[in-house]
Amino acid sequence: MSTASDPEQTSFRLSMLINDTRYRSLTFQAIAAILLALSIWYLGNNLIQNLREAGLNISFEFFGEPAGYDINQRLIEYDSQSSHGRAAVVGILNTLLVAFLACITATVFGVIAGVLRLSNNWLVAKLMAFYVEIFRNIPVLIWIIIIFTIMTAVLPSPRAFRGDDPASSMFLDAVAFTNRGVYIPGPSFNAPLFEATAMNWLLVLIVLIGSLFGARAISSWATKVQEETGDRPTTWYMTAGVWLVPVVILMFIMGLTWTFPELKGFNFSGGIKIGGPLIALWFALSIYTGAFIAENVRAGIQAISKGQTEAAGALGLRPGRIMNLVILPQALRVIIPPLISQYLNITKNSSLAIAVGYADITATLGGITLNQTGRAIECVLLLMLFYLTISLLISAGMNVYNNSIKLKER
Amino acid sequence: MPTDTSVAFVRTAEIPPSPPPASETGIVKWLRENLFSSWGNTILTLFSFWAIYVILTATVPWIVNGVWTTSSLAACREVLQGEVGACFSVLTERWNQLLYGFKYPVEEYWRPNLAFLLLFAAAAPVLFFDLPRKLLIFTALYPFIAYWLIWGGSIMIPIVALLGFVAGYFVFDRFGKQSFAQGFFGAIVAAFVVWWLGGFLIPDTEDTLLPAVPSRDLGGFMLNMMLGVTCVSLSLPLGIVLALGRQSKMPLIKGICVIFIEFIRGVPLITLLFVASVMLSYFFPPESTVDLFLRVVIMITMFSAAYIAEVIRGGLAALPKGQYEAADSLGLDYPQAMRLIILPQALKISIPGIVNVAVGLFKDTTLVSVISMFDLVGMIRGPILASTEWNGVYWELLSFAALLFFIVCYGISQYSQWLERRLATDHR
Repeated sequence: MSTASDPEQTSFRLSMLINDTRYRSLTFQAIAAILLALSIWYLGNNLIQNLREAGLNISFEFFGEPAGYDINQRLIEYDSQSSHGRAAVVGILNTLLVAFLACITATVFGVIAGVLRLSNNWLVAKLMAFYVEIFRNIPVLIWIIIIFTIMTAVLPSPRAFRGDDPASSMFLDAVAFTNRGVYIPGPSFNAPLFEATAMNWLLVLIVLIGSLFGARAISSWATKVQEETGDRPTTWYMTAGVWLVPVVILMFIMGLTWTFPELKGFNFSGGIKIGGPLIALWFALSIYTGAFIAENVRAGIQAISKGQTEAAGALGLRPGRIMNLVILPQALRVIIPPLISQYLNITKNSSLAIAVGYADITATLGGITLNQTGRAIECVLLLMLFYLTISLLISAGMNVYNNSIKLKER
Repeated sequence: MPTDTSVAFVRTAEIPPSPPPASETGIVKWLRENLFSSWGNTILTLFSFWAIYVILTATVPWIVNGVWTTSSLAACREVLQGEVGACFSVLTERWNQLLYGFKYPVEEYWRPNLAFLLLFAAAAPVLFFDLPRKLLIFTALYPFIAYWLIWGGSIMIPIVALLGFVAGYFVFDRFGKQSFAQGFFGAIVAAFVVWWLGGFLIPDTEDTLLPAVPSRDLGGFMLNMMLGVTCVSLSLPLGIVLALGRQSKMPLIKGICVIFIEFIRGVPLITLLFVASVMLSYFFPPESTVDLFLRVVIMITMFSAAYIAEVIRGGLAALPKGQYEAADSLGLDYPQAMRLIILPQALKISIPGIVNVAVGLFKDTTLVSVISMFDLVGMIRGPILASTEWNGVYWELLSFAALLFFIVCYGISQYSQWLERRLATDHR
């Protein structure tokens, strides 16, 4: 016996695969899976055939072979006898170096331009709008080439610094701008605690990180006192002491000295040389991305309604505290996510180094190593893998940050 | 009438209002409020004036003294006789190279010119929707006309390609009303059948109305324009598909789209161009030769499609859930709901983002100079600066390139702002 409410059990028909919503998604996914498998098989098959015809195979052995080319700008020891693998590491460090430097300066430019664009000074606001429009609408590659041209064609050669009445002179007797690069004084240690220079700097870094924790402890102690008594103790001299004293003591122990660049023969020696390509890339990425960051900063500040400032003022807060406690925490929530994606853009745009001959990972692994070994597939894949890793790391960091500042709603 | 003698003077007429003090009116007030309102502002203003002065004194004499009619840098320096001045004659002398590259046949320059003019006619009904809708027919025909004009060769190639699309459209129109999937897949099959049959119609002669130009002969700013226009228009539909795929409830389709989008967005365009120039040919059948232009178009399209997909996903996410539910409750199926309810609203929200991607993409077309294609930047850095006549004319050439890109990109972003105001349906 059957009740009226029981639907009739229909047997499965083939047309239900396309017409019945219960099965349709399975059908589509099966079709997609088959198409995907077919195209992978097709591409893979072509690849194998092409490699066989060219007499190639996929192997990463070339990483151990000597590279045979020189890299001027490097952070670790490297010479032409070093392996391709080491050249790639030099490239990775160079990419990270220029990306790090450009992120800092782009933020500085962007924040200054973004705040000044909202200034009540008409001329300054217009100038900043001009800066933003000019730099956003011209390709970054052209900016890199323009600044590189300034570096190589406009700056004097080291020869111009010679003689009794030189055509050019060093800035403050310490910095020399030449067409081979910029020479700045470099620090060195007379009584290093470790053999390797890097280890000494690592020690400095560790001390600085210790100071950071010390400064945070002071600030949380001050907050605690404020909550108990209502008065916030003056802490700036303690904070300054925690930051400065340990580092200065360490520097004194290790005997910090500065070596200044000096003209020897036809070139400068001593100090640190920052190559023209690095400066061109660094500066171009900074001003180009700075224009984008300026817009983000402006949007972030404008997103905070004027009522917030007025409400904070009505509560009796002074202007400095209004900015620190009310406006900035809210504006940063708007500014930081696009800011981080601009950092990501800087990292990716730093691959344009290849246009001015800065030895980043694209120029070493994807440029010279690729051309010398002919291992196109391996090199390009590794190159992509590197950038992908960086991007995923940065966006993972961004997600963590976004979750931590998300408005806690019910 | 009694007179009050205790008051010495009573005004009998009202005095006219006196003008505000000089410091509170006109230009003085404006200057005080906008430029010199405080010490800090005054310093900023003076600094700005100094900066403007420096920039102008550096550029104005250089531009005004510019020389336009010499044939080499040496001749130009002779005319200038040590004075500051630009050698703009490099632009007049190498004008054709800058715009068309150095290999495009001179007698055929009218073809890209005509294609460029027609581009405006084709783009107009898309950009300004007050124009009659009938003009969209020309927009649909434009890709085939432009292909034929720029590459030349047998006219049968674009005609057969067009016929394939027409056949697909009719099949979709006939069957798509009953079932979207039937119509869609039927249209694809019909198009391929027409293309396969049409392949036999294409004559194998060199002697054609417009001589064929191989794509390695394309160059200059024309190449930037072509890459920009082609890749943006191709990546828009692909981006919509990817965005819808990423929103899909089917795990496999969603997975494919997510991996594709995140992979492309995670790598710089230049590595994708490396793929196009050195790696992609390994994945094509061994006997086929796909030319570099097409490989670059494929990679740049994939690149911008991933970015456009993310923009559109933002638009889809910004729609209230009620819109989806309303479409469902009207009994629309998925394609209908998307086509009639969801996408028109989502795309409208996404317009500023899409234009940003388009501007960024157009700027990024200069990157092809790195894989030795001779676009505007490639022409400047390659053949022109390397020539003996013009070795060392950096600023004129680079400012010209910067100016061209600025005009196009600024124009696009102004259009986008106009469109945003135009499409704003919320009342403020």
